[in-house]
This record gives sequence, structure tokens and C-alpha cells, in this order.
Amino acid sequence: MEILCRKIAPGCASGPALATKEPISFLGNVDPNTGVVVDPAHDLFGQCIAGNVLIFPGGKGSTVGSYVIYQLKKRGLAPAAMINLRSEPIVAVGAIISGIPLVDGVPEGMMQIKSGTWIEVDADHGLIRI
Amino acid sequence: MYLSREEEDICRGDHGPTLQKMMNILVALGEIYGAERLVPVRSVQIAGVSFKNIGDAGLQWISDLNGRVRVPSILNPCGMDLRRWKEMGITEEFACKQQATIDAYRKLKITTDCTCTPYQLYDSLACRGDHLAWSESSAVSYANSVIGAMTNREGGPSALAAALIGKTPLYGYHLDENRKPTHLVEIKDELAGADYGAVGFLVGRIVKDGVPIFHLRSRPNSDELKALGASMAASGSVALYYVKNVTPPPPSQARPEEKIAIDRADIDDVYKKHSGRDADIIALGCPHCSEQELEQVAALLEGKTVKKELWVFTARKIAESCPELVARIEASGARVFCDTCMVVSPACERYKKMMVNSGKALVYIPGLCGVQAGFGTLERCIDSALGRL
Repeated sequence: MEILCRKIAPGCASGPALATKEPISFLGNVDPNTGVVVDPAHDLFGQCIAGNVLIFPGGKGSTVGSYVIYQLKKRGLAPAAMINLRSEPIVAVGAIISGIPLVDGVPEGMMQIKSGTWIEVDADHGLIRI
Repeated sequence: MYLSREEEDICRGDHGPTLQKMMNILVALGEIYGAERLVPVRSVQIAGVSFKNIGDAGLQWISDLNGRVRVPSILNPCGMDLRRWKEMGITEEFACKQQATIDAYRKLKITTDCTCTPYQLYDSLACRGDHLAWSESSAVSYANSVIGAMTNREGGPSALAAALIGKTPLYGYHLDENRKPTHLVEIKDELAGADYGAVGFLVGRIVKDGVPIFHLRSRPNSDELKALGASMAASGSVALYYVKNVTPPPPSQARPEEKIAIDRADIDDVYKKHSGRDADIIALGCPHCSEQELEQVAALLEGKTVKKELWVFTARKIAESCPELVARIEASGARVFCDTCMVVSPACERYKKMMVNSGKALVYIPGLCGVQAGFGTLERCIDSALGRL
């Protein structure tokens, strides 16, 4: 199946889906040393985001979150690609400076896709393949 | 979004990976906010300087960049006085990382004055009608409202991107259609000094990201406008306001539908609810003190000795331009620190309660420093430092 989307950060990558209906604050929600979601109140608590196609509505919280995404990438712990309902500047900037493909404008149902489903994100052509 | 041939080349990577990423940041923000094109900026003011805020992650990113800024660019306050950090109780480890952050910015040819009031240092950074890419919320408010320039509130990376490319996406406060007043605020009582911080504290909470126009009986000076804007940008996210017959006027004369009346009792309530009693530190200079404000502090402290810590924050250029004022203030036992402030330095976290004359500091100190905050006029703050409160 192919889904049309909007490119925010360029590139093409694939991986298993890790989806949540909750926004993510990279500063505070994710440990930059392990890539694990450490906020007990978050839907993804205890899960490692490394290498996954991370699907979430959008970012929130401190703008330092952009740098946390960069740090994750430097340590090999970043998501392979990210998909948002609507990207905001924190995650958009984080994805661009880290070279992680990011798209938005997908149907809301994407937030409930089964974890582990193989997904290919082709940001350059505005396409997601499931 | 429309891109020129040269902008497209940068996007493709013809000018190297740093500029490619920077252009991608500007284009992505332009797409998110529906900008038509990029617009050249006269200057950039970059937030994300205090190591307390950016941490190792931010330092790593800034250090990895290669290039040089295309337009005059200046920094926000950092986490310590770059020369007298030991006196502030800053650790060696923090000082090293903070200095490394400044060095990384200097490598990009950014002017490393660290201040939230660049307009007090250099007139040439912003003139009426200029497009800018500034970050610090109170400086953004001052540039838009008092100077009549045009800037959105940039994040650290988007400001840096604007500095290295020399442009910013044309949306938001760069367009007249978004600069119309949304709320009319009428105040019939006389206002002075910290009253403007209190008014901003109240109005920001009501108008949120709106554009208030004030009808005032008093005529605020530049320091009072600075305090009003800083406060509204903190308690709300006001990036532009007008004061009738004082600031440059709005693009249209249409009266906003929403009306707000504030009187003396509302203002007094802000002082009462945030008493400065039991403060163990008094901090002035949020935003950074002007020379006139240093003069007021020096006059109030003349011949007296402080009984509590009194820290006064300003820009290094201002302190260096009036050494005799700094000496008069410090003769009382108070300290004048540069390059930093009470909000972005970790030095203030060891105190229990801070008294301030700034509506902005009143909003941020409890959350960002874990310290209680009290609010009073400059005179009351000095009285507290002298042990008279």
C-alpha cells in the first residue's frame, strides 16, 4: 500500500513501525544515551526508538529537543525515519540537522498502525510504502 | 515555496553540507508556515547559548558546523559571567563547557556579545521596516514593537540557519496582515517603572499570542517599554504590541474588537501576590540593564551597604562604557555581572527566594531555577537588599 505525504526533511529509509497517539517531547521523554522512552506517563514508556520508523502526531516541549534528536543520531540511536500528522519546528529542525527523513500530512489512522509493521518512507517523493 | 536558482543550488548541496542543512531548515519552516519565499535579513540574534539550556547535545551540534555568518549576528546571554564566573559559584566543569559553546559560535564569525538587549549596544542591527531573525522573546518584542522592524520568534537552529544563509522565510510577523492589533488595552492610571512589568504580566496571560494596542495616560520610556514587552512575551507569547502615540503605529487603524481595562488595583495585586519578603537574593537586569537603569541603581545604593546578595545583570559593552557606575554599585557590596542573567544561569539555583523588579523573571524563575520569586519596584528591591523590607 502507498500513502501520499509531505516531505519535511529529505531522504529515504525503512524500518519497523513504532506508533503512538501521543506527541513526543524529545527533551525529557527520551534518554539521549539509550534511545529509550523514559517518561512513565508516555504511551511508549520503556521502548527503544532506535532504528524504528517512529510515528507520532508531532513534537512538543522545549526546542532543545532538536538537539536531543541530533545526539541520538550521533550515537546510532535515532529512529530510521519519522512520520507526523503535522510536523512542528522542534522535530522538523531535529530531523533536518540529523539527516533523518521526516514526512507529515498522513491520515490519522497511521498513529494506530501495528508496531513492527515494515514501513518505507520516501520523503523525497512524498510517499510511504507499507 | 519559491526558491531562486542560487537557493536551489544550496538546497542540492552545491555549497557544502552545512549550508545545505541550513537551507533545508529554512525551507521546511517556510513550508510548515506557508511562506511564499525567503527574505534577506539585516541581522540575527541567536538563542541557545547558555550551556544550562542546550546541554551536551546542543554544544555538539554547534561545534560540528562549518561556515561563517552572512549578516551581523549576536548571541543571547550565556550561563555565566565569562570572566567572573567563580564569584557566581559556577563550577569549573560548567565553565569549560560554556566557554566551548562561545568558542564554537565565534568560529562561525558571530559577535560574541551575550545579551538579550542587542538594540542597547548597536543601533545598526535593526531599523524601522527591516526584516530580522531574532530569537530572544523580549528582544523580538522590542524590535517589532518599539523599533518597528519585523521578526518572528526564532528558535536557536532557525536563527543560526538565517545567520549562515542571510535570509528567513517570509511569514508571520514579516507580513503586515499579521501585525494588526487584536486587543485594545486601556489604562487610565499613571504608571512608572516596574508597573509596566506588572501590566505585561497581566496582559500576556489574557492575550496569549495576540497583538495588544495600549492606550495609556503615561508616556513610557525605552526601559519601561522593554519591561512591558519582556513581561508579555513571558506570561503570554506576545511578539508585537503597540502603544498609541509612542511606538510606530499599526498597519491599519481598525479598532480591535477585544477590550481590556486594567486599573491600579489590578497592578497592586501583582505586587501583593508576589511579596518579596524573605528573599535571600535580589536580582535586577531582566532584560539587561541600560546605562540609565545602572544609574538609578547606583543612586539608590549611594553610601549604603547591602545585607543580602544583590546581583545586577547587564551587557559587557554597557558595563565597560560606564566603569564609574559599576564601581559605585559594587562599593555597596552588590555585584554587576555581564554576559548572563538570573534566568539562564545555574548560579541562582542555590537560593530559596529571589526578589525581582521584572515581570519576565517573575514568570520564569520558579520553573527554570526552582527558586521562589517575589516582585517589587526597583526601590523595594533595593530596600530588601539593604535589609529594610
